[in-house]
Amino acid sequence: MAALGSFALLIALAFAAYNLLAGALALRLIATGQPARISPERLADTARRAGIAGFIAVSTAAFALIWSVFTNDFSITYILEHSNRALPGAYKFAALWSGQEGSLLLWAWLLGMYGFVLRLRHKTDVKLYAYAGTVLAGIQVFFLLVLNFAAPPFALFRGPVPADGNGLNPLLQYPEMVIHPPMLYLGYVGFSVPFAFALGALMMRYPGEKWIKLTRSWTMATWLFLTCGIFLGMHWAYAVLGWGGYWGWDPVENASFMPWLTGTAFLHSVMMQERKGMMKSWNVWLIFSTFLLTMLGTLLTRAGLVSSVHAFAQSSIGTWFVVFMGIVLAVCIFTYVLQHEHLKTEHHLESLVSRESSFLFNNLVLLTACFVILWGTLFPIISEYVQGTKVTVGAPWYNQVAVPIGLFLVFLTGVGPLLPWRATSFKSIRRNFVLPVVALWTTVIVCLAVGVNPWQGGTFSSGHFYAVVAFAVSAAVLTAVVSEFLRGALVISRQTRRNLFESLWLLTRRNTRRYGGYLVHIGVVVVVLGLTGSAFNRSSEKEMGLHDKLDIGPYTLECTGFTQDSNANYNSEYALLSVYEGGKQKFQMTPEKRVYLASDQPQTMVAIHSIPTWDLYVVYEGTNPDTGQPIIKAFLNPLVGWIWFGLVVIVLGTFVALAPSLSPATAALRVPAARAVTAEPVLKGGD
Amino acid sequence: MGGVEAKNPPGGWRWLSFWIKSMQAVLLAVAVCLSLGAGSPASGMNYLDHHLMCMCGCSQLLGECDHVGCPDRGQEMADLSADIGANMTDQQIYNAFVAKYGATVLAAPPAHGFDLVAWIAPFAVFAAALLGTILLIRRWSGFSVGAAAASEVTDPAKLNPAERERLERIRRETGAEGGI
Repeated sequence: MAALGSFALLIALAFAAYNLLAGALALRLIATGQPARISPERLADTARRAGIAGFIAVSTAAFALIWSVFTNDFSITYILEHSNRALPGAYKFAALWSGQEGSLLLWAWLLGMYGFVLRLRHKTDVKLYAYAGTVLAGIQVFFLLVLNFAAPPFALFRGPVPADGNGLNPLLQYPEMVIHPPMLYLGYVGFSVPFAFALGALMMRYPGEKWIKLTRSWTMATWLFLTCGIFLGMHWAYAVLGWGGYWGWDPVENASFMPWLTGTAFLHSVMMQERKGMMKSWNVWLIFSTFLLTMLGTLLTRAGLVSSVHAFAQSSIGTWFVVFMGIVLAVCIFTYVLQHEHLKTEHHLESLVSRESSFLFNNLVLLTACFVILWGTLFPIISEYVQGTKVTVGAPWYNQVAVPIGLFLVFLTGVGPLLPWRATSFKSIRRNFVLPVVALWTTVIVCLAVGVNPWQGGTFSSGHFYAVVAFAVSAAVLTAVVSEFLRGALVISRQTRRNLFESLWLLTRRNTRRYGGYLVHIGVVVVVLGLTGSAFNRSSEKEMGLHDKLDIGPYTLECTGFTQDSNANYNSEYALLSVYEGGKQKFQMTPEKRVYLASDQPQTMVAIHSIPTWDLYVVYEGTNPDTGQPIIKAFLNPLVGWIWFGLVVIVLGTFVALAPSLSPATAALRVPAARAVTAEPVLKGGD
Repeated sequence: MGGVEAKNPPGGWRWLSFWIKSMQAVLLAVAVCLSLGAGSPASGMNYLDHHLMCMCGCSQLLGECDHVGCPDRGQEMADLSADIGANMTDQQIYNAFVAKYGATVLAAPPAHGFDLVAWIAPFAVFAAALLGTILLIRRWSGFSVGAAAASEVTDPAKLNPAERERLERIRRETGAEGGI
């Protein structure tokens, strides 16, 4: 299998190289109209077919690696280092992306898969797809070069083959690890497609906005994969790492968040190009940046440039990525300089207070957030370079710098949809903003009334201050978005005599993109509410013998016993805890500590009891080596469940936005996004 | 802009000016609140252990390091407890930790010297981008004066043929019904 895999990777490289060179030559011949011995169109088609064959070759290599994992072929170093005989089947599959070589193979496989779909659909627009396919082939060549020469997954173990492997990193032996990395990679790799279309469209001076329509579904699906990947990673960190949190501003977490921010900005700003022919250069650079940030993420993950809890992924292929990113940047700049005249805007903004400007501000905040995270991630390196001493940029810095920016972004989430296109008036602002403002101040008053007070005991708590602001802004945004739904539904209800729920359904079906987007906004607000709960986290730690008790919030945890278990993969110790509330026993929790046999590494398995108001989160930390007593740490984390529920709403909203709208048969029932300006004085801000 | 919206009414501007000044006052109040307590006595164990790093190499905050048998956490917590007990201020505690464990023990860069750049740059970039955006919109607004009347938004019949064709093309190509 190792020979088959290695051979398949070499063949794949040959196909990708042919795809790139023949595709580029064909497109050059078509563009210049030079006579050639072979028809450029036929040459381009052979390049396309080479791309499809390349996907089959990469699939063969991926299949060979998976087969080798399942057959315990420890003659392959990668399998030896990332699997063992007792590893459960699902985690054997996960071994594909648990190490660098496998991850790169997964990347190339997914890229091949996206390219395969793209090349099958080439008849949609043969020339543009040929350009995009050639760009994708260029990216694929890079990954296959790395796989063949820098990080070969089928390298053989030198010396006598051990009877068993080293096993999978215990941190990765968790159900979400079977889903989280592929989701993240689908997101990372997926941004290659809009990047390829954008670069291709720019190279060929593609007329019109059709390429944006062609890539809209790709971009949204990719964004959804990345979103799910990030949230699954958060849930994994929450359930496995045992520190009670879900986001530690680790460089690798940041690396996944940065392309998400620029990708989100792109999803918003393309609407300006579609509707107004504006921000063409901006959009092109947004998608270029997003692609480069996905590469930077991989570079940070793999090259060990900055210290990270994801240390299991470090290696020395950073130089390859730096060179590739340099080449990509140079190609992007060169193409842009050559073709930027083609991207001249067709319209300008007319008012500081309009839907267009809200998109601009949204982009501004998203990109500032991206810069902040990049800056925080790289500052330790910059500081070391300038001062000679390294500093840490951790959660306190991000919380003080990124949280205000995030709250401003949430604020814009509510404001944007309430503003009409082109220009708005004071009267319209008053009309649209009354309810959200009332909701905002009502929430502030309620927060202060129930004791969420930034001034406690004479000192100012920035955490509680931000919590009040977050609750208030979230309430305002929810009111704004819900009122948009209701306003449209009531119009339809009046016109068609349907009930409110039917009208809401019809409203959403008639413009899935708009109302799907609103649902995503609701999901984001629900997530923000969940994140805000962290301002009120509580924790308590105790050495607990039999029948010892630990109080946290309304709960009392009583230790009723300890037990042990073992299987071929790990030994485990459980604490049996009875949880009392109001003097009555409510439920039992069994936090666990495992020691994996192959690697001899310990791992916590947190017990979580989740209800809408909070999570009771209990960690069995092990035994105190001095006293021999088990140590139990309990956290009461408010509103955490809302974060995961928010993701469900975001996924639902994205599916709605991806669905086609109803046919124009119902177009007569047109509901404006916000009332357009008629004879009211407009806000122009700039005058 | 032509028509009724050529000039903004003074009443409207007074209203906008009032809100801008209100926002400035709120931001000032927030800045004052956030800077309170800079030189006050120690903020407490739970605050400080979330502003210091565990030095065992786990890359976690001291208060969140959950390694049983961690070689550094116990000593750092003991030092912290002793410093708080000695009525040291937050800054004095940070200085003592830096002297003992090195600069990386602080979970955030100190706000002096070159490290101050870490704090200033994000807000400077945000302010510059905000200013740039506002200036850009003002410039564009200037271009647009007289180009199109706002009433055209609701009256497609008044669009010139080129504009109508462009909108048609976009509609044809993107199938756009409005978006968000």
